[in-house]
Amino acid sequence: MTAPLDLDGERRSWRLRLHGDWSLAAMAQIEDSLAGLPELHGALSCDWSGAESPGIGPTWALLARLAAIGAADLNVTHVGGPPRHLELLRKLAPPGEMSPIDGRDAPQGIEGIADRLGHWSIAQGRAARAATGFFGRVVAVCGEALTRLRALRVPSLVRHLYETGVTAIPIVALIAFLISVIVAYLGAQQLARFGADIFVVDLVTISVLREMGVLLTAIIVAGRSGSAFAAEIGVMQLNDEIDALRAMGMNPIELLVLPRILALVIAMPLLTILADAMGLAGGGLLAALQLDIPWTEFFNRLHEALSPTTFWSGMIKAPVFAVLIGMVGTYRGMQVRESARELGRLTTVAVVQSIFLVILADALFAVLYVKIDF
Amino acid sequence: MPQDAQAVIRVRGLVTRFGAQTVHDGLDLVVREHEIFGIVGGSGTGKSVLLRTILGLRQPDGGTVEIFGRDMQSLSRSGRETLVRSYGVTFQNGALISSLTVAQNIQLPLRENFALSEHTLDLLTGLNLALVGLPPDAAAKFPAQLSGGMVKRAALARALSLEPRLLFLDEPTSGLDPISAAAFDQLLLYLHTQLQLTVVMVTHDLDTLFRTCNRVGVLVDGRMVSDTLEGILSNPHPWIHEYFHGARARGAELETHG
Repeated sequence: MTAPLDLDGERRSWRLRLHGDWSLAAMAQIEDSLAGLPELHGALSCDWSGAESPGIGPTWALLARLAAIGAADLNVTHVGGPPRHLELLRKLAPPGEMSPIDGRDAPQGIEGIADRLGHWSIAQGRAARAATGFFGRVVAVCGEALTRLRALRVPSLVRHLYETGVTAIPIVALIAFLISVIVAYLGAQQLARFGADIFVVDLVTISVLREMGVLLTAIIVAGRSGSAFAAEIGVMQLNDEIDALRAMGMNPIELLVLPRILALVIAMPLLTILADAMGLAGGGLLAALQLDIPWTEFFNRLHEALSPTTFWSGMIKAPVFAVLIGMVGTYRGMQVRESARELGRLTTVAVVQSIFLVILADALFAVLYVKIDF
Repeated sequence: MPQDAQAVIRVRGLVTRFGAQTVHDGLDLVVREHEIFGIVGGSGTGKSVLLRTILGLRQPDGGTVEIFGRDMQSLSRSGRETLVRSYGVTFQNGALISSLTVAQNIQLPLRENFALSEHTLDLLTGLNLALVGLPPDAAAKFPAQLSGGMVKRAALARALSLEPRLLFLDEPTSGLDPISAAAFDQLLLYLHTQLQLTVVMVTHDLDTLFRTCNRVGVLVDGRMVSDTLEGILSNPHPWIHEYFHGARARGAELETHG
């Protein structure tokens, strides 16, 4: 393929001939050839007669390059049937260098580190204050709902109860059952070495009731409902629906946030009871099939293994976890601004953060229970 | 097609159905080169569906749609991609990609189709911004930071970036104040004459219609009545008469012709 342009002439009289494809498709070659033009003085005659289907972009690039190389003094004339859009382009602001589109120049070295650390700290401080503010507002609205029943938004509450609770039943039941079977199976292999097979019952009951039932439920709910809360509220935020509610004098916290959190607070303990029951059933089934411990013996042993507090020590955690998941999900949803990418990012943050907070809270409960001997 | 050699778009006997409801029933439409063709019609008459069908985003339930003499539905995948690149589209709400800056939005089709240097991309971005009258500092902004008028212009800049000969505009002036809308009309007329564009626009804005369009197509009874503006104004069909001679139309008409 021939070069799209060639230059001849001498000293102060130049002739630039364009030929071949000058459409946008040939932009890369045109740009390369233009870059090869030297700095010129005097008069230049630009001959378009050989250029096929000249495009707007290439014409613009040519004008920009001619302006750059002829900055000192170059008198350009266009001959040979220049394209109609040439006049338009010449009238636009003279094509100069575009200012760099991104990348603010940030300070480097120690100064840069301090700069970033400072910005980060301020951002974290602001985020903490905003989160605390959100928590406060939710608590305030919750207090209001206790005295004014309409603020409770029962229809919305029921809908969320169905979506976060009822529809979660199959997956919670299945996972609790399977995990408990796995724990019983692995535990039995170890305990059989000491001839202590029967302690599988203790292992399953205590681990399921104290920890695993509620923790598994919380993680499943965080994955299902935490993400759904963030995404639903986030899309409403993107559509200005939240602003619309505010402008109509309605409180989005009361309308959107509180029903979701309350629904979780109600659904989580119920799901935990289900997970506990399925976990015990799984353990019992494995004991009967694998260890020849009949149902009756399993339940006798279960009664001995349980202390009165075992069930409640797990159950108390459920509403706490529910509040954490609900708060994080709705808060992240409310934070969505501007773009679809923000929505995806904050939905992910909602799930990761709520699972992290649930596990952190679980650790604190464990320490607390040991201290008070619960 | 000797009798209509310059037809850019030719729709024949288009049928569109949603379940039992027939929206277009044997619709015919011809858009000729270098004209600005306005499509109007009541809400629910299928203006946007028609646009989407012409663009090839929706398969017609009957009839054919040809752009530059080629039928989208019968083309191979690569032929279809080439055809799609030959026209530019702006959607009603701009449909700028919200996670990209204006500059990145404009560069998106360029990057996808050509291997260009960053310098060239910046150069072309500057060109497209200048063409639609956006200041250079709009380049680094995200769509959410732009006003409604700027979003419309940025969407137009993106639609122009592949240098199409044919431009589709869906409600280009909706949601703009009269001054911005008038400026947009001016811009459109200017680009139309300077860049030899053929424009098809769906609009409810009678001012825009009177100021810019050479021919108008009205969607009534599942078909399209297309004529020059004068022809449409004297059309006896009751809905068309009401549309162009109603209270809101008179002002626009006076302003343009009076």
